Amino acid sequence: MHELSIASSIVDSVTESLAAYPGARVVEVRLRVGSMAAVVEDSLQFCFGLATEGTPLAGARLAVRTLPVVVYCAACARHGEVAGVQSLRCPTCGELTMDVRQGRELEIEAIEIEEVEVQT
Amino acid sequence: MTTRIVELRQGILKKNDELARALRGRFSAAGVLVLNLVSSPGTGKTAFLERTLRSLREGGARVAALVGDLETDNDARRLAASGAPVRQINTHGICHLEAEMVGKHLDGWDLGALDYLFIENVGNLVCPSSYDLGERIRVALLSVTEGEDKPLKYPTLFNSADAAVITKVDLAEPCGFDREAALRNLNEIRPGIRVFETSAKTSAGMAEWLDYLAAERLASTR
Repeated sequence: MHELSIASSIVDSVTESLAAYPGARVVEVRLRVGSMAAVVEDSLQFCFGLATEGTPLAGARLAVRTLPVVVYCAACARHGEVAGVQSLRCPTCGELTMDVRQGRELEIEAIEIEEVEVQT
Repeated sequence: MTTRIVELRQGILKKNDELARALRGRFSAAGVLVLNLVSSPGTGKTAFLERTLRSLREGGARVAALVGDLETDNDARRLAASGAPVRQINTHGICHLEAEMVGKHLDGWDLGALDYLFIENVGNLVCPSSYDLGERIRVALLSVTEGEDKPLKYPTLFNSADAAVITKVDLAEPCGFDREAALRNLNEIRPGIRVFETSAKTSAGMAEWLDYLAAERLASTR
């Protein structure tokens, strides 16, 4: 439901960053999204199309890299990938842990832009 | 034409996070304990908050509330009956509150003259989880009528909560509410979470909740 807000935030952030590259067109926006970030990719793709209309991001691809949830278990002193988000247990010893080290990300990693070469 | 990759590495909700951080600073400097109440529609957030505001005021505390809904000021009018200052935030279609909306609705309020500020979020168990409002405590509510697997269905929100409130416990028996399963599910998603089992109708569990608020407020001003 809030994917449209997220898509609009992406457009705002990227547009701001484009100020340093006058005339550039955005080809691709790369995201890192944790499995626990409560974002539905299909819905985000759809909203991204709407939110980019009439902006320098129009027509850009949205590449979403989904990150699994990783917890740190103090008892085992190691990191482990959690199978699902329904239970935060260390995959090694099965103990519950609150120490989530990955999985909540909602980040713009990079953008690919096309620049018009300036004739000198 | 040349293409190039520009590394950005920035949070998508950076603007909201920055505004929330500034709000948290303001709240902390003013010595007001701020709580963000989140649940699905119909859990009984407003009834629970009504009861909380009344009890706190009877105890001499200075309280205020912001209440978010897509439309109408029905909830604000209900809450204002407690005598506390209340403001309605209408999001007009947006499914969650954002830090900017909270900031705008604080204009003219002397935060230093408040002990507690409650923010009742839009009824939704998905979207509010991503938006920090500058609160110190995020409270996730679920009612006995919703089923004990709510935390498993909406793990992101329950995982981001600092405390959980089970509402309408007076209806637990007719609803066949499996209390043990609910507590177990909450603990799987948010190990060690503090849980309050309450009824705004009978006042069950309210004393424990109010003690928790007082202790948290004390801890926040230290």
